[in-house]
Amino acid sequence: MQNDVSKVLDEFREGRAGTFEAAFETLFHQHQRAVYGWILRIVRNPAAAEDLTIETFWRIYKAHARFEPARGFEGWARRIATHAALDWLRALRPEDELPPDIPSVSTGNPAITAEIRRMTGLAFGRLPPKLRIAATLAVVEEQPYKDVAAALGISVGAVKLRVFRALRLLRKDLEREGMKP
Amino acid sequence: MNAHDEDRMKELLRQAVSRVDDDAKAGRDLWPAMRKRMEARPAGLAQFHFSWFDWALAAGLVAFVGFLPSSIPVILYYL
Repeated sequence: MQNDVSKVLDEFREGRAGTFEAAFETLFHQHQRAVYGWILRIVRNPAAAEDLTIETFWRIYKAHARFEPARGFEGWARRIATHAALDWLRALRPEDELPPDIPSVSTGNPAITAEIRRMTGLAFGRLPPKLRIAATLAVVEEQPYKDVAAALGISVGAVKLRVFRALRLLRKDLEREGMKP
Repeated sequence: MNAHDEDRMKELLRQAVSRVDDDAKAGRDLWPAMRKRMEARPAGLAQFHFSWFDWALAAGLVAFVGFLPSSIPVILYYL
């Protein structure tokens, strides 16, 4: 089984006609769900996540020669997916609201009113994409800092700093709107 | 912002933005769309794509050098 996996990865990296396409298709079917789930966590829009999954695999397809099998496919794909999602967030207008219909885990706290939630969600959408992505993955999605750092290609310390700056900006934004978080 | 404020903001953010379900999956099979994209733009050709601006810039440079051959050393100096 392990040999099959490494054979597919080798065929993908070598890019020889005849075996490359089949290896790529195998990798696509093996990893598309994980890549889609990761992107959805960042962009929070199912339609955009589908398009970005295809964009991510297109970038993977073109960059096959740069793949290092020793470092694993999943982490590499996740990093490319994160950058594709970041590009999408950068192109998004700040006033675009997060779609409410993503499959999510309910964490309702009756002490926090719907209005506070709404305003926080809007303020969150106005954060710079680099800070927003770090806060989404580390705070909302509770992904390990190590994984977030690997996906963004930065250090764990830099992720912590971005999360701190995101929370501070969020607080300032809410205070400007007349809220005391 | 102290540690207490930071924890408070984290909690507020978690309440405002729901966590995505771990079982979330695409609503359709994405392979046909992927296949279509691969067929439309083969990777080998995409690496050698030049925009119209690149061509216009190259044509302008050639024309400039044609009219003023003495500018070649100056251009090479600034490359």
